[in-house]
Amino acid sequence: MAALTMQTIIQLAPTYRLQWEQAQDAYVLLYPEGMVTLNTTAGEILARCDGIHSVAEIIADLQRLYPEADATAQLTADVLEFMEVAHNEGWLCAI
Amino acid sequence: MKAGSAPFRISPPLWLLAELTYACPLQCPYCSNPLAFARHRAELDTASWLRVLREARALGACQLGFSGGEPLTRSDLEVLIAEARRLGYYSNLITSGIGMDARRVAALRNAGLDHIQISFQASEPVLNDYLAGTQAFAHKLEMARQVKANGFPMVLCFVIHRHNIEQIELFCELASRLGADYVELANTQYHGWAWLNRQTLLPSRSQLEQAEATAQRCQQRYASSMKILYVIADYFEQRPKACVNGWGSVFLDIAPDGTALPCHSAAELPGLSFPNVRNASLAEIWRDSAAFNRFRGFDWMREPCRSCPEKHKDFGGCRCQAYLFTGDPSNADPVCAKSPEHQRVAALANAAGNTPARPIRFRNSCNSRIFTTASLSDRLKGRPRTG
Ligand code: SF4
Ligand code: SF4
Repeated sequence: MAALTMQTIIQLAPTYRLQWEQAQDAYVLLYPEGMVTLNTTAGEILARCDGIHSVAEIIADLQRLYPEADATAQLTADVLEFMEVAHNEGWLCAI
Repeated sequence: MKAGSAPFRISPPLWLLAELTYACPLQCPYCSNPLAFARHRAELDTASWLRVLREARALGACQLGFSGGEPLTRSDLEVLIAEARRLGYYSNLITSGIGMDARRVAALRNAGLDHIQISFQASEPVLNDYLAGTQAFAHKLEMARQVKANGFPMVLCFVIHRHNIEQIELFCELASRLGADYVELANTQYHGWAWLNRQTLLPSRSQLEQAEATAQRCQQRYASSMKILYVIADYFEQRPKACVNGWGSVFLDIAPDGTALPCHSAAELPGLSFPNVRNASLAEIWRDSAAFNRFRGFDWMREPCRSCPEKHKDFGGCRCQAYLFTGDPSNADPVCAKSPEHQRVAALANAAGNTPARPIRFRNSCNSRIFTTASLSDRLKGRPRTG
C-alpha cells in the first residue's frame, strides 16, 4: 500500500460511515454489522478526511483545534501515524 | 443488586435486531429460529415497528439488523428502512436473497439501506438447493450481482456444518468472483433447529482442523480484496464465547410478535417471562424488566464463574447453552473447561462424525407444528445424547 504524504487527499472508504453518537459521546465508524467507537482525536481526524483537503491541510486545521498540543512536529507525527493505521485498516482511501 | 456491591451501570443497547417475521421460503436445517415458530402470535404491524425503531434509537442504538425468517416477505420493509435512515441507523438486511429482484434491490437502496448480507447454503446448486429445501442458488447469484451493481458493500455468509465444511475454499472463490467485500464463514451455532439437528450437522474434529487451516490460507490469499471472518465452532473450544457481549449489555432483539429478548435464542429459557413491546416502552424493558436484569452484570453468577478472573472477558458464556446442556441457565457455559459439566460438550464434539447418520429435519411449518410452545422446553430438556 502506497505511503501517505502531506499532499495526499484522503477520504473515508465508501463502505464506512462516520457519525457522531450522542449516547456514546463519541464519533463512531459504522460498517456492515460492525462499529468502532473512536476516541476524541481519532474522531476529529476522520471527520476531516473529506476527499477535498490534503493531509497537510487537515493537520493545520487540527492545530487550530488543539493549540495547546506539543510541537507541530509531534502533532504531525501522531496524525500521520493514525492515518497510516486507518489506511491499513481500510477505513481511509487516497484519491 | 446486593447491598454493598457497587451499582452496576446499565449501558445503552447499541445493536437492535428486528426479527420482522418467521415466514421464510427456505427450510435450512441449521436455522436458529424457535422450533415452534409456526405457532407464534401475529407479527407486529408497521406502526409498532416504527415505534420500536424510534424508541431504540432514542436509547442509543445505532446498528440495526433486519432479519427473520426472511425479512423480504414484509411488504413494508422499505418503509421501515426509510425511517431507519431518517433516524440515523446503519441498517443491515440479512437475507436469503429470495423475495427480491433487481427492481427491489434498487428500491432498498433508494430507501436508504446501508448493507445487504446474502447467505448461501453451499458453493454449487445441488447441495445448496438440497439444504435450502427449495431452488434458490441461481437466484442468489443473480441477487449478489445486483447488490454489487447498486453500490452496496457486499457481505456473503456461509453457515458451515458437516455437509459443506469441505467447500471453504470454493466459498471464498465464489465470493471473490462475485466481488464480495466481506465473507463470513460461520460455523453453525447450535440453537433452535440447529440444536435439533446437531447430530447430523456437527463436523468432526479433523474436518474442523482442516477447515480452520483452509480459512487461514484464504484469509492470506484474499487479504487485499476481501475480509474473511471465520466464526469458530465453540463446542470444540476450552473457553466459551462472550455471548452477546454480556446479557442486557449492548444487544436487543425484538421477535416478530414483539417479544423483547437479550439474545435471539433466549425465548427457550425456562422461568423467565420476556416483556413485549406491545405493553411497555423499550426504555422500561431495557432498564427495568426482570428478564433483562436477570443475568446482567456478575452478581447472578455461581462458581466457577463467580470467582473466575476471566469473567469480564466472556461473562460466563452463553445462557442458552448452559441451559441446553445442564438444565440450568445460571450455570457456567459448559463449553468452558472449568465447568463441571464440560464433559457433556466434549463428548458431543468427540462423537461428531462417528454417530450414525440421522435424517435431517428441515425447518418448515409442518415440522414446526410438532413442537407446541408448551412442550418445547420439555423436549429440549433431554440432555444431548452422544451415542
Ligand atoms: S436460516 Fe434459512 S430457513 Fe432460517 S430464516 Fe434464514 S433462510 Fe430462512
Ligand atoms: S469459569 Fe465462567 S467466567 Fe471463567 S472462563 Fe469459564 S465460563 Fe468464563
